[in-house]
Amino acid sequence: MTERTLPGTPLSDEDMQQGKVLTLNWPASLRYEWDTGVAIGRFLRELKNGRIIGRSCHRCQRVLIPPRMFCERCFRPTDAWQFVQDSGSVNTYSLSHLRWDASRVEEPILVAVIEIDGSSQGGLLHYLGDVRPEEIHIGMKVKAVWKPAEEREGSILDIRHFRPIDTAQDGPA
Amino acid sequence: MPTKVAIIGVGHTAFRATSPGLSYKELMFEAATRAYEDAGLDARSEIDSFLTCSEDLAEGTSIFDEYVPDQIGGAERPVYTVSGDTIQGLATAYMQIASGIVDVVSVEAHSKASNVVTPGELHAFALDPIFVRPLGFNAHAMAGLEASAYLATTSTTREQCAHVVAKNRRNALANPSAAHAAAIDPQDVLSSPPAFAPLTELEVSAPADGALVIVLASEERAKKLKRQPVWLRGIGWSTGSGITSGTDGSSADYARSAAEMAYRMAGIGDPRQGIDFAEVDDSYSYKEPQHLEALGLFGPGRAGAATADGATARDGDLPVNVSGGSLGVGQLFEASGGQKVAEVVAQLRGEAGPRQLKKAKTGLAQSWRGIPTATGAVVVLSRD
Repeated sequence: MTERTLPGTPLSDEDMQQGKVLTLNWPASLRYEWDTGVAIGRFLRELKNGRIIGRSCHRCQRVLIPPRMFCERCFRPTDAWQFVQDSGSVNTYSLSHLRWDASRVEEPILVAVIEIDGSSQGGLLHYLGDVRPEEIHIGMKVKAVWKPAEEREGSILDIRHFRPIDTAQDGPA
Repeated sequence: MPTKVAIIGVGHTAFRATSPGLSYKELMFEAATRAYEDAGLDARSEIDSFLTCSEDLAEGTSIFDEYVPDQIGGAERPVYTVSGDTIQGLATAYMQIASGIVDVVSVEAHSKASNVVTPGELHAFALDPIFVRPLGFNAHAMAGLEASAYLATTSTTREQCAHVVAKNRRNALANPSAAHAAAIDPQDVLSSPPAFAPLTELEVSAPADGALVIVLASEERAKKLKRQPVWLRGIGWSTGSGITSGTDGSSADYARSAAEMAYRMAGIGDPRQGIDFAEVDDSYSYKEPQHLEALGLFGPGRAGAATADGATARDGDLPVNVSGGSLGVGQLFEASGGQKVAEVVAQLRGEAGPRQLKKAKTGLAQSWRGIPTATGAVVVLSRD
């Protein structure tokens, strides 16, 4: 195969760094403070307390996690707060070998959707931990591993990850 | 004859300087619930298509389409966002209905301006990165440039512009949904601290939070509903050349050409004869007279003096921004035009309460997408 020669002048990083090429740099410094509102505000406060709370819709009989003040199916206000378990089952998962910036990691990041016990469908997107990647399977029973109370700050990261339920330690699922 | 399309429902939250207790989703749900109740329609079975007017950078979330369906009844239904003002959203809804693919469309717009911690950075992001951003001035200064050019070209005075602010902030006193109602006089405006001279601080509209939903329907569907339809007689939109630094911007040409498009569709020859009242963009004091002239409602350089004489007051010949406008209600991002449409609909229905106009058969709403754009839209609405 003959090497293709493209027209134009090649550029290197060095050319850029030495100012041989005119460049323009605009660092974005946009900042936001989102109002969490009634539903997510309460949800985050309860995470700080080490609990997961949802909202129930009495028409479709679902318990929504994360909670919202309206039911998207029935298009009506949801009816009541309802605490749910901090356990659940793996709905689906992925072993992410790349970070958010596409750089490679040594050990894969274990990402999963957890269907929370006591809620209806969907669930929380979170990490799995204390588990070998090859052991992960859909339907696997898991439980939240919480940060110590004094470190919790009303964030989704107040849960460190979900670990497989050890029936010896946790009792039957 | 253009296809007839009607506004059959309107709902909105109160507009407030901040809204810390509610998420944008909760604001949108309230507006949608009110609008669908107003239209007498079931959200999940009787609305065919949903639009949200929003700009990702104002939300702080990209591909914002994905975050809107649940709270407007649009889950698992046809939904997308229009990155433009509400009146551009109405144009999109009109086209969907006129094309025959849907009969009923919901158009949503909102503002959570209080959640943007760095509004200056947001504005700077809209400036040309090569020619303008390196200069580092506050983007509102672009309005100062326009104001100087407009005042010089038309001999409009700063006092006349101050009358606009006093009128609109006072009009807002009769609007319980307005965020920035105030009993102020032109002298208060002129003596407020200089901001982007010739503009003072009080001549720049302040932001507000809130959400609104407008429901549109085909003629056939509209006539079957119990609600009196408000007919969309004409709609137009336009954008300038895109060279923000190359023109003095004294004449708001985008508003002129958007209006020409809307008047042509509505069959309006002399807008002053055909229009009873108007809600026009007043993001800055001078914008109201500048837009009124571009819309052909006043001759060049005449709107400022007419305002000072009371012609645009609630009891004047051509009431303008009876709702309070953006100066009185608040600057609402892409919902700004929608707030003006909501007021026109309320007036045409005779539901404007203490600010109800006696003569309200045909009204006009006009939007501008703000600094540094040269984009505007116009809609003409009438009872018949």
